[in-house]
Amino acid sequence: MEKSVVFNNKLLPYLLLVPQLIITLVFFYWPASQAVWQSFLREDAFGLTSEFVGMENYQALFAQPEYYKAMLTTLVFSSLVAVLSLSIALLFATQADKNLKAAGAYKTLMIWPYAVAPAVAGVLWIFMFHPSLGTLARPLRWMNFDWNPLLNGNHAMSLVVMAAVWKQISYNFLFFLAGLQSIPRSVIEAGAIDGAGPMRRFWTIVFPLLSPTTFFLLVVNVVYVFFDTFGIIDAVTGGGPAGATTTMVYKVFADGRLGGDLGGSAAQSVVLMVIVIALTAIQFRYVERKVQY
Amino acid sequence: MAFRQFGAAAAVAVTLAIAASPAYAVTEIQWWHAMTGGNNDIVNKLAEDFNASQSDYKVVPSFKGSYPDTMNAGIAAFRAGTAPHIIQVFEVGTATMMSATGAIKPVYQLMKDAGEPFDPKAYLPAITGYYSTSKGDMLSFPFNSSSMVMWINKDELKKAGVAEIPKTWPDVFDAAKKLKTAGHATCGFSNAWATWAHIEQFSAWHNVPIGTKANGLDGFDTVLTFNSPLHVRHLQTLIDLQKDKTYDYSGRANASENRFASGECAIFLTSSGYYATAKSTAKFDFTSAPMPYYPDVEGAPQNSIIGGASLWVMGGKKPEEYKGVAKFFAFLSDTDRQAKLHQQSGYLPITKAAYEKTVKDGFYEKNPTLQTPLKELTNKEPTENSRGLRFGNMVQMRDIWAEEIEAALAGQKTAKEALDAAVMRGNAMLRTFEKTAK
Repeated sequence: MEKSVVFNNKLLPYLLLVPQLIITLVFFYWPASQAVWQSFLREDAFGLTSEFVGMENYQALFAQPEYYKAMLTTLVFSSLVAVLSLSIALLFATQADKNLKAAGAYKTLMIWPYAVAPAVAGVLWIFMFHPSLGTLARPLRWMNFDWNPLLNGNHAMSLVVMAAVWKQISYNFLFFLAGLQSIPRSVIEAGAIDGAGPMRRFWTIVFPLLSPTTFFLLVVNVVYVFFDTFGIIDAVTGGGPAGATTTMVYKVFADGRLGGDLGGSAAQSVVLMVIVIALTAIQFRYVERKVQY
Repeated sequence: MAFRQFGAAAAVAVTLAIAASPAYAVTEIQWWHAMTGGNNDIVNKLAEDFNASQSDYKVVPSFKGSYPDTMNAGIAAFRAGTAPHIIQVFEVGTATMMSATGAIKPVYQLMKDAGEPFDPKAYLPAITGYYSTSKGDMLSFPFNSSSMVMWINKDELKKAGVAEIPKTWPDVFDAAKKLKTAGHATCGFSNAWATWAHIEQFSAWHNVPIGTKANGLDGFDTVLTFNSPLHVRHLQTLIDLQKDKTYDYSGRANASENRFASGECAIFLTSSGYYATAKSTAKFDFTSAPMPYYPDVEGAPQNSIIGGASLWVMGGKKPEEYKGVAKFFAFLSDTDRQAKLHQQSGYLPITKAAYEKTVKDGFYEKNPTLQTPLKELTNKEPTENSRGLRFGNMVQMRDIWAEEIEAALAGQKTAKEALDAAVMRGNAMLRTFEKTAK
């Protein structure tokens, strides 16, 4: 005999979904559709005049050599940040997973940087690495290393990468640690009894079992470098020198906010949106196949 | 029992709240500004003094970040229908604000409507000209005006064996080389505000155009022309000197001004508004001198142009609020107050009377530093090339010019390539602006 409760009301499931749907529509689809609409308009900064110009904003965008440069910069920047922040966080997490004396304090300290706002993180790094005022830049200069992020694009890039990585490590660390702790000890111990060394155990047992976490973090990190890093870039380099740290999202910010060119900026957001959707789709389609749940 | 206690407490609270509010409503006037440090204190003091001087209006200043941040906050607020009454906009935002008819209330109109005494001739033309239409109608109220000067560390110059304060660019290069051998290995000379120094002021000071149509003052269909041989020659010299740090780049804005006060750079070009900071942080004998020029350029030095910011009044507010704004502007124009503001902050006096009073008080004899920008501004009768400049999208355009200068100084481009690119990219932006500002 079956004793399950059955709700016969056809409307009920939809009613239960409504709050979630409203949130998604208001906070995701509505702004996104606004951006798409805006990208077909030419408007002054104050929104006093508005004119439908069709694809003109997109044409102007793809005629700019700076836009392709920004794409390349984004590629370099996002690969560096994603790879570095993931691998460093994994290293820290495996270390914290051991039986340490002050493990609690160590973990808490590791999480702190995540609470720092991007712009503040940027300012902290400027204080350390400003060519003539920075506390860490002076020793570099004494060592006769011509540290100059104001003119040298590679120096500026390494500075924003450092700040962005530093900020993201805590988040990745937290997830990696949780992932590591959910791996059954017995599996690892069995490997140890069979004579596998620590490195071998890590690469053949721990790393594959950690892959769902790694995959999740990869997606989140790519979204992070694409969208959340402009605060750091704005505070540290302002996109310079000579556009060396102008990523696509920073260009959206610069053209829209500083330039007051909302149409062109919206067109860039749409392009960016398409790229991130495509990237995420590729990750789910191809990378997820290698993930072992 | 518990309920009754709560009731009594609530009654007391309500009575207190009623007692605390004044008998009649005070009209609040929101003032968004971008002043930091000592100048922030001056802004707050001005509002306090105004509020204490009368009881109908209350000016509420709020700091909104850097100049571009403040301007963008104002634009965003206008679009959302919550604009402040007064917003401080830096000089490069002038064209954008001007073209926003309907979003702003011109100052001459404001004063007329409110019936406040207002004589445009009382203000210094070198300053108000920048913020007026070609007919001479004042659109915004000049608040903090400055010009670019060359700050000199007299102690270090003496130590390096530079007897006289350099007057021309060749003099500066020589002095910088001497400073470098005397121990200033990382900086012979430098400047803040890269494009303001080497494109905008440089052009006006040498009487060469930045763009056509009197640098945009006579129309939005202006075309940039600052890739002339003189500009190329100057930038090429900087590129060569950057190699061994006889010249050392200090970034686009003024974040590195401290290189002067710390003693690292003994010759440093930046705003005359740096005075208040220099006075409190520099532990050596310093002064300001006029910007250097190339002596072989005919007519140089011409006159400098102003920088700084003005106060714009936003549109769509109530008449009694405008009345308050007008009263506040009249309050700011008061001669004694202007003279004091000028002497404390280092920003220029905006009325003729305040300038004359400062001269009469003998203030400049003790503080010649503060007269340098005024001497520069009034050096000669302004020409088409030195009246000022008005380019749309100037905020972002400065970044684009700076990008090209950075590429040149880093050795990626020659001076000619960089300036050609800056002109080309700038012109593209001007055409976009022209289409939206009809």
